[in-house]
Amino acid sequence: MDAGDSPRRLRRNLLAAIGGLWLGGCDALSRTEWFPRILRVGEGFNRRVQHTVTARKSMAQEFSESDLSPTFRSNGTASPNDAIYQALARDGFSDWQLQVDGLVEQPLAFSLQVLRSMPGRTQITRHDCVEGWSAIGKWKGVPLSEVLALVRPTAAARFVVFHCADPMDQAGNRYYESIDMEDAYHPQTILAYELNDAPLPIGNGAPLRVRIERQLGYKMAKYIMRLQLVNSFAAIGQGRGGYWEDQGYDWYAGI
Amino acid sequence: MLDAESLAAPRPDRVARGYLYQRHTLVVRITHWINAIALAILLMSGLNIFNAHPSLSWGRSSYSDRAPIFETGAAAAADGSLIGVTRVFNRNFDTTGVLGVSSAGGRQVVKGFPSWITVPSFPWLAMARHWHFFFAWLLVINGCVYLAFSAFSRHLAHDLLPTRLDWRSVGRSILDHVRFRHPTGVVATRYNVLQKVAYLAVIFVLVPLMIVTGWAMSPRLDSLQPGWVELFGGRQSARTLHFVVAWALVLFVLVHVFEVLVSGVWNNLRSMITGRYRIPPDPT
Repeated sequence: MDAGDSPRRLRRNLLAAIGGLWLGGCDALSRTEWFPRILRVGEGFNRRVQHTVTARKSMAQEFSESDLSPTFRSNGTASPNDAIYQALARDGFSDWQLQVDGLVEQPLAFSLQVLRSMPGRTQITRHDCVEGWSAIGKWKGVPLSEVLALVRPTAAARFVVFHCADPMDQAGNRYYESIDMEDAYHPQTILAYELNDAPLPIGNGAPLRVRIERQLGYKMAKYIMRLQLVNSFAAIGQGRGGYWEDQGYDWYAGI
Repeated sequence: MLDAESLAAPRPDRVARGYLYQRHTLVVRITHWINAIALAILLMSGLNIFNAHPSLSWGRSSYSDRAPIFETGAAAAADGSLIGVTRVFNRNFDTTGVLGVSSAGGRQVVKGFPSWITVPSFPWLAMARHWHFFFAWLLVINGCVYLAFSAFSRHLAHDLLPTRLDWRSVGRSILDHVRFRHPTGVVATRYNVLQKVAYLAVIFVLVPLMIVTGWAMSPRLDSLQPGWVELFGGRQSARTLHFVVAWALVLFVLVHVFEVLVSGVWNNLRSMITGRYRIPPDPT
């Protein structure tokens, strides 16, 4: 290589070095304990500001039949790898029951038939995945507030935890999620048993999944087996309030 | 910011030699560099987030009768090797090495945008979101400080708002730019009209569009007034616009850096670090 090239090569190497330092620096910072803690200040801002500018009962947009996605995408678990769940599914979930317990005055179990006989709500809403895609589906279910009215949460109850049937790893940790009482009593928060006028398919969470329309898809637990009312979720899973939260995702998923 | 009095009648000897003057205030310099860092992080973390679903649609949802308008992925070539395929408006392009398939750590990997332009450099959606939201807030707060200062100090009215004279010189300014001719003397103390229009477009059109299309993707903010997201044609359209406007900002930065390079890189850098800018003498 002749001498004329070297200033250019120097410049190029310098730029590559700066780029490498920048990228390497960002990767290294991401892997520390302390730096992501600072970054997560943004989550607190998101939660507080969004709760300030929107009302407690502000409604997510609802759509018309013509907006429905031709097929509603199944994401995450497609069919829980669990013997008890598979046995329940074979019998069309006739033996399945939703346990509701924790900080409630009256723990109860609900069969699918009982849930279907309770006052229902139908809504055509947009499902926004944290990955970036959206799908529009028509959901029918019982408002969570109807279930809570029967079990009567105590004054200490601050969160509803959804315990699910699907194991997420070899250790057998199952999917779980949690929401606060504001979202629990929101009119669009329903325990859905129908999608697009048909029983909820297994790929979308049969027999029961929750819809929390003002948050991202990962909050909307599928294959629900049990609701637990708690005043802290620190002792559940790794303590961050959900399976994906334990993997580093924000508990507040309003954005 | 300009100090009009001191420029009213520069001493003839200074004009002949060229001279240093205080071009940028401390607030402008600090907010400029915070902006530069925040925009870089926002772009790169944004592309990491994009890679989780490397596809853009128009409308309310991603799954309708309409095909995505932009999508990047991998396909197997006849010899079994992986090729990156990017589809834009139903036309396929081989983008191996950049989009769809690129190398990371010496291996070919399937990913939307390549490692060197994402933060973190490998797929990590949760972490990319932490970076993105932190720096989004930083950009907004920094922008508010800049705007408040610029309005209060009259930087906006005095330095950025084109004058009637500016509007008449648009044609000449375009010619000057394509010929890489740069102003000298007193004229060099003021932004030229294209510069003013570009800065104003970034401050009042592109960055606000980025912020609002970002809000339009938030399911909680969707409930602010049900249906407001339709303003952009729906959530997925808003996501597509967020992506397009981001690249419009990249285009601005490329032109901006190019102009910095061709109009005296050290003089420009010094003025944005120390504030002092050297006015070249008028040609004699």
